[in-house]
Order: sequence, then C-alpha cells, then structure tokens
Amino acid sequence: MILEARGIGKTFGSVLALRDVSMGVEAGRVTCVLGDNGAGKSTLIKILSGVHQHDAGTLLLDGEEVRLAGPREALDRGIATVYQDLAMIPLMSVWRNFFLGSEPRRGLAFDVAKARRVAREELLAMGIDIRDVDQPVGTLSGGERQSVAIARAVHFGARVLILDEPTSALGVKQAGVVLRYIARARDRGLGVVFITHNPHHAYPVGDRFLVLNRGTSLGEYGKADITRQELTALMAGGAELEELEHELRREQ
Amino acid sequence: MTSVAGRAGGRTDERVAAGGLLRRLLIRPELGAVVGMLVVFAFFASQSAVFRSPAGIANWLDPAATLGIMAVAIALLMIGGEFDLSAGVLTGTTGLIVVTLATRYGLDVWSAMLVALVVALGVGFCNGMMVTRTRLPSFIVTLGTFLMLQGVNLGVTKALTGTVQVSGLRRAAGFEEARAVLAGTIQIGGTPFRVAILWWLLVTAVATWVLMRTRAGNWIFAVGGDEQAARAVGVPAARTKIALFMTTAFAAWLVGSILALRYTSVQANIGIGQEFIYIIAAVIGGCLLTGGYGSAIGASIGAVIFGMADKGIVFLGWDADWFTFFLGGMLLLATLANRLVRRYAEEVRR
Ligand SMILES: Nc1ncnc2c1ncn2[C@@H]1O[C@H](COP(=O)(O)OP(=O)(O)OP(=O)(O)O)[C@@H](O)[C@H]1O
Ligand SMILES: [Mg+2]
Repeated sequence: MILEARGIGKTFGSVLALRDVSMGVEAGRVTCVLGDNGAGKSTLIKILSGVHQHDAGTLLLDGEEVRLAGPREALDRGIATVYQDLAMIPLMSVWRNFFLGSEPRRGLAFDVAKARRVAREELLAMGIDIRDVDQPVGTLSGGERQSVAIARAVHFGARVLILDEPTSALGVKQAGVVLRYIARARDRGLGVVFITHNPHHAYPVGDRFLVLNRGTSLGEYGKADITRQELTALMAGGAELEELEHELRREQ
Repeated sequence: MTSVAGRAGGRTDERVAAGGLLRRLLIRPELGAVVGMLVVFAFFASQSAVFRSPAGIANWLDPAATLGIMAVAIALLMIGGEFDLSAGVLTGTTGLIVVTLATRYGLDVWSAMLVALVVALGVGFCNGMMVTRTRLPSFIVTLGTFLMLQGVNLGVTKALTGTVQVSGLRRAAGFEEARAVLAGTIQIGGTPFRVAILWWLLVTAVATWVLMRTRAGNWIFAVGGDEQAARAVGVPAARTKIALFMTTAFAAWLVGSILALRYTSVQANIGIGQEFIYIIAAVIGGCLLTGGYGSAIGASIGAVIFGMADKGIVFLGWDADWFTFFLGGMLLLATLANRLVRRYAEEVRR
C-alpha cells in the first residue's frame, strides 16, 4: 500500500464535504472512486494531492503518517494529479506545458531543446500521437490533453497518479483511448486513483472500487466482490434507479 | 530509436505540412506589429526624405527607446496577467527623487539614483504584494498607487520648491559621467544617436531571453494563462507576479533617470497619462489584455511604430493632433488581429 487514507473528514465552513472515508492505493493497481455529482470525489483527491488539508482522520504514505502542505510537496513525494477543472494552460505549447513547474535547466537557462525532445519521446513512448509538440494545448482535443497530462505525470516519476474525471467530457472512442493510457500507467507500476461517475469506465480498468454518496463511503470493494450491475446499482442507489425507470416508462 | 524517429517524422510531415508552417507563423504574437511597422515606415519614408535619412531615423528612434523600455516591462507584466497603471507616474517620482536629492541634499548623482531605485523597487514590491495578497484586480490596486504617487509628486515638489518643478541637476557631482552613460549620444556613421537606444535594445534582448529561454519565462506565461493551473503544478505564482511588478518599477527608474539626466529638470506632473501609452504599445505588439500571450520584441516594435508616427507626422508638417487618431486606429487594428489569433490558438475541440 503506497498511499492510504483512514477515516478522512473535511468541512468547508458549515458544509460537510467528507465524513469518515477510507481508501488505499497499491502499486500497479487502479483504485476507482465513484459517486454522483457533489459526492465529494474531488474533495477527497484534493486532500490526497495536497490542495486541501483534512480535518479528521489520517493520511499514510508508505505506512507513515503525513500531512501534505501543498501540491508541490505532494509532487515531490511522487503524487501527481491530473485535475478535472485545472489541467493545462491552453495558450502554451505542449512541451512548455509538459515541463511546467519542473523545467530542465542548463546553466541559468531553460533547456528548451531538451524539453522539446523529451516531451516528444515521452508522448511517443506512451503511444500518444501528437502532431506537433509546438502546438498550443488549446488546439488539442480533450482526450489528447488528458493523455499529455498522464504522460507528464508518468515522466516525472510519479508513484501515484490521480485522475479526476478524465473521461467525463469525452466521447466513447476518446474515453477508450484515455482508459488505455490509464492501463499503461498501471502496467508501468504506478498506483492509479481514477475518479469517475461512470461505472462502465471504471469497471474494466479498476481493481478496487470506492463508492461515495453525499460525502460518506458506501464501502470499498475488490473486483472479485462486486459485479458491474451491482456497482451501477450501488452508485445510483438501487431503489432510486428502479423508481426512475418506472417513471420514465410511464411518460413515454 | 531510428525507427521511432522515422515514424514520428513521417507522421509529423503528413499532418502538419499543409497549413502548419503558415499557421505557426500566424500565431507568432509579433507578426501583426511587424507588418504594421513596415507599412508605417513605407508610408512616411515615401513622403519624407528627412524621415528616411540617418538623422531622421535617430530622431524617431529616440522616443521609441524610452517608450520601448517601459513597453517591454509592461508587456512582461501583461503576459503575467496583470496591469500597472502607476508605471508612468513612477518615472516622474524617480526623476524627482534623483534631482531633489542631488540638488538640495548634497548627494552625488549616483547615490541619488541608488536611493530612487530602492524607492521604485519598494513601490513595485508593494503593488505586487497588494495584488497577490488581496486578489483584487491589479487595474484597481495600481490605479490607487498611481493617484497616490501623483499626489506625492506634486505635493512634495511644491512644498520644497514652491514651484511645480525641480531643476539644476547639471551642478551636481557625478552629473557628467551619469549623463554620458544614460543620456549621452554616440556617433554612428557621423550621426549622433541617443545612448538610450542601446539601453532599450539591451532591455528588449534580456526580456526576450528571460521569456523564451528561462524557467521564469515559462512561469510568466503560465501565471498569465491560468494561475490556478500553474499553482497546481508547483509554479510560485505570487513570487513570479511580485517580481514582474518590481521589473516594471525598475524600468520606470531607468527611464526616469534617463529623462532627468537629459533635461536636468523634472516637472512634477511628468509621466501622467503615459501608462496607457505603454499598454497600447504592448497590445500593438501582440499582448493579450487577458494575459498569457505576447512578446517583448512585439512591444518594442509597438514602440517603434509609436516613435515613427510621433515624429513622422511632424516631418510631414501635419497637425500633431492627428497623432492620437492614428494611435487609436493602430490599437483597434491590433486588438482585432489579436482576437483572431487567440480564437485560433484557444479553439477547443472536445
Ligand atoms: N472550496 C469549497 N468550499 C465550499 N464547499 C465546497 C468546496 N469544495 C467543494 N465543496 C462542496 O463539497 C461537496 C463535494 O464537492 P466535490 O467537488 O468534491 O464533488 P464531486 O464528487 O467531485 O462532484 P462532481 O462529480 O460534480 O465533480 C459539494 O457539495 C461542494 O459544494
Ligand atoms: Mg469533481
């Protein structure tokens, strides 16, 4: 277990965003965090990546209790995050984004030639087909952008890769591409935390599933313990889904 | 290795070649300004022989130089996503400090300049701290500093001299040396050119290097493009912005000193209204008002266009009132061109 959260709680003023949530991340395994909108998924992973500090519970890195002061510290400890809302800078080129915050240096200068070359090589190594590393990230498709961000995390030696809804804005095919890169990062030995509200994306790549609902955990399951149908039902709240189906049928 | 490179090469060619080169050129921020500069030069040069003579060139490069130093610093700040409205009046403040200390308090010119530099950097630091701490728009924060400095410039000058100017720098110790370094002239092919032009070229070169070839440059683009995203990957956003405000203040000190040494007296209201000219030059040079995009060379070219129009209109014997009309037209054209560029660069295909 590289990273483990035990009984984590977080409040924003009077808003209780998370209560008593536990989860673990293992090397070479994908832990999926599922839940509806506002369930607290982003809040949980922002705690894991140092953006927020938890109010209750403990965070363990390699079995030792830690408190991450900020994103920089998390990165230095090998926890890289690809955020849902803040991924990359649209007007900057692919290679500038790739090395942002960790630019290779040569003397006083930013080693631009190396940055360009390494970015191109790393993207190719992950099988990511970018036309031109000089093009602004804003001109990439959503899936390409997520892929570049994943390749960046892998390159910087992340041990834990956290992805916040990398597939939510994507079409079926693009989502498939991103899922493939997730699998590739996993095969390279990274522990992956994959946040999504789509069980059909989570089930094929996931090894463990944490389901959140209104800030609390509905349980953490191994793949052997739960079927895709059960996972879907759990996420939606089984009874509610049946009711919805019933309602929709009548309306037709 | 070779097979990978070969594959990549093949792919790159196939999809980029068609419109790629032209497009990449089009999204260079300076492109519009370069075209504008050529057009403006061709226009005035064809109408006036003086304008295209070495003496004429020296003449219009002079206002371009002092404006250019400021425009480059403002361009860096704008790429970093902020404005500084106090920059113009700060050139006055630094000039007033230099002259006052050197003529009334017995300091030599160099020491007076050092004190002015410390004050300027202090103002830049305060601007930066207030903007990064409060997260208020820098437009408002520096508007406040602008008004305060304007008041101080006039108030202190009046209290000390009973007039609205300080003068007599020529008598101060170290004047000749300082003037030679900052406000002298050099002969090129028999024509005297202002030394300020060299300082301007140096500032432009250093700024371009920092922007394109250092980590700090990458951070400047990043904090202007998306501050949150930059922070999340570990960019020290606040430090970057404070450094940018201090750079602007440094430029204001340099220009303030150059002008004080050149004219040996400083009016208390000098520099007021210039802050918008700096922004205009930077925008003509391709800076986006929204930050994250632009170039130092572009801002310098914007300053050259400004200098050519400023003097060119005089050479043609036109009424100088037409100058602002021209400036407004250039600004509109430049912002329209920039908008197209931004749309292209930012278009998101999900
Ligand atoms: N900075 C904040 N201040 C106040 N409340 C917050 C803050 N961040 C999150 N919340 C609240 O915490 C709850 C959980 O939000 P969170 O963003 O973690 O949900 P999510 O599961 O990621 O949802 P989505 O699927 O829409 O991304 C929400 O009710 C949200 O309004
Ligand atoms: Mg979320």
